[in-house]
Amino acid sequence: MNLAGLIQISIGAVLINNFVLARMLGLCPFLGVSKKLSSALGMGIAVTFVMAMASLCTWCADAFVLAPYGLEYLQTVVFILIIASLVQLVEMTVQKFSPLLYESLGIYLPLITTNCAVLGVALINTGTNPYSGRAFTFVEAFVNGTMSGVGFTVALVLMAGIREKLDLAPIAKPLEGLPIAFLTAGLIALAFLGFVGLGFSSFAAGG
Amino acid sequence: MIGVFPVFTLGAMGLFFGAVLGLTSRKLHIRVDAKTDKILGVLPNINCGACGYPLCRGFAKAVSEGKAEPTGCVPGGFKTAHAIADILGVTISVTEAGMAVVHCKGGLKEAAERSVYRGIMDCHAAMVAGNGSKVCADGCLGLGSCVSACPFGAISITANNVAVVNPDKCNGCGKCVGSCPRAIIGLIPRVHKIFLACSNHDYGAKVKKYCSVGCTACGLCVKSAAPGAIEMKDSLPKLDYSGEENFIVAVHKCPSNCFVDLVKTRPKVNIDVKCDGSGECVKYCPVDAIHGEPGRRYVVDKDKCIGCGLCLNKCHVHAIALWGGLGYAQKTKGKWQKM
Repeated sequence: MNLAGLIQISIGAVLINNFVLARMLGLCPFLGVSKKLSSALGMGIAVTFVMAMASLCTWCADAFVLAPYGLEYLQTVVFILIIASLVQLVEMTVQKFSPLLYESLGIYLPLITTNCAVLGVALINTGTNPYSGRAFTFVEAFVNGTMSGVGFTVALVLMAGIREKLDLAPIAKPLEGLPIAFLTAGLIALAFLGFVGLGFSSFAAGG
Repeated sequence: MIGVFPVFTLGAMGLFFGAVLGLTSRKLHIRVDAKTDKILGVLPNINCGACGYPLCRGFAKAVSEGKAEPTGCVPGGFKTAHAIADILGVTISVTEAGMAVVHCKGGLKEAAERSVYRGIMDCHAAMVAGNGSKVCADGCLGLGSCVSACPFGAISITANNVAVVNPDKCNGCGKCVGSCPRAIIGLIPRVHKIFLACSNHDYGAKVKKYCSVGCTACGLCVKSAAPGAIEMKDSLPKLDYSGEENFIVAVHKCPSNCFVDLVKTRPKVNIDVKCDGSGECVKYCPVDAIHGEPGRRYVVDKDKCIGCGLCLNKCHVHAIALWGGLGYAQKTKGKWQKM
């Protein structure tokens, strides 16, 4: 197991190719659920969990069902099917075993079903690993999925923290609410652009 | 043949996931008391927590299990309590919920400022920074901590920079009461429309220096009300809402105009033809609105009458009645107006 490769994937997923701020995926919950820190964190944890689970399931489906029979073109359809069922399953389990968690996370779970970030990570996992130049292995796909979720959480929590402060700040009337949130999102994305310098591609190619 | 395989694969996967989901939902089925959902349906569903349970669902569950009283929902008030009682098949007796009022009306026009506050627009923050910008130590800061605390959007800050509660939207949940760092929001019974809009504990000329509508603790309201209905406590009149007193006279006697009457137009007294001219009623009128000659029908000056109703039961021939009671239209200043 190549630990360095996994660390590269983690840093790449959280900072360099952050799902929201660099790949521009999952923008709907990013702006919708980032008004309060607590709910942002809840949504982030839910997404991370679903992304990790979805990475495992879709990688298996791709490797053992689709790829051997040359059905890669069905990826999108099959992955949507898998993710939707998975979220349903998680929803039922949480409702049964932790009603309070269900009450606080339950509203986000149906949102995640159609979250493009989850489908995005599943599709990225079927491609080639930019750090090793080969296809993602099972463990790499899992790490990539989890860390993409962590990256999503980081973006969401950062945004929520800023928006909570923005609520108290004197903002020009026409910019109040969503407009200032968009501006903020753009500025954070610009800041995250700096992490491109962390790119490991040069010495990944060498080693 | 080549076209059948993907269809078969996809179909098989769909069937597999469907079966798994079906089995799990069987396995993880949750028995829900039908009453809980019904009760949840009549609750306000704002998860305010005033009942002491986490989330409305928690309260609904507790009520359906008999652990909580059906009257426990504060913002739902007596309507919700009755709806829950109907679902449970029990009888309850509740009175109408209270409503929040701001005990201050000294805004930019009335109350003096001693500094300019340019910090976070929040009352608590302003209290930390030099105890607020007003001279009055108990006045409304007008930065709206209560506005954000209200789950119903019933509180707003006026152009004059004072918080006011919209009684139609207020459900009496009391969340704003705790949100005010100066503790000048209180709950009063909904049937009473009159409250004291001042919380200042100074007295006399001292108050007048910095607020034109501040209570000087002159005590005129105490004298105007029935004995015990208003009590002067710590240089502020305390209104006792449990008695018969309606405080209408106090509103008109207050020289500083400290009271707020939420009723725009009070009904006026009318003396009908049964009047035998005994003149008994004249001495009960606190504003000298009744005049006439002994032996003839007395008349009420409608501009002076404040509708306090003190004269109503004093007439031995029952010639006095209030015209234009609450809820009826009355013509004031040329306009019909619902009260």
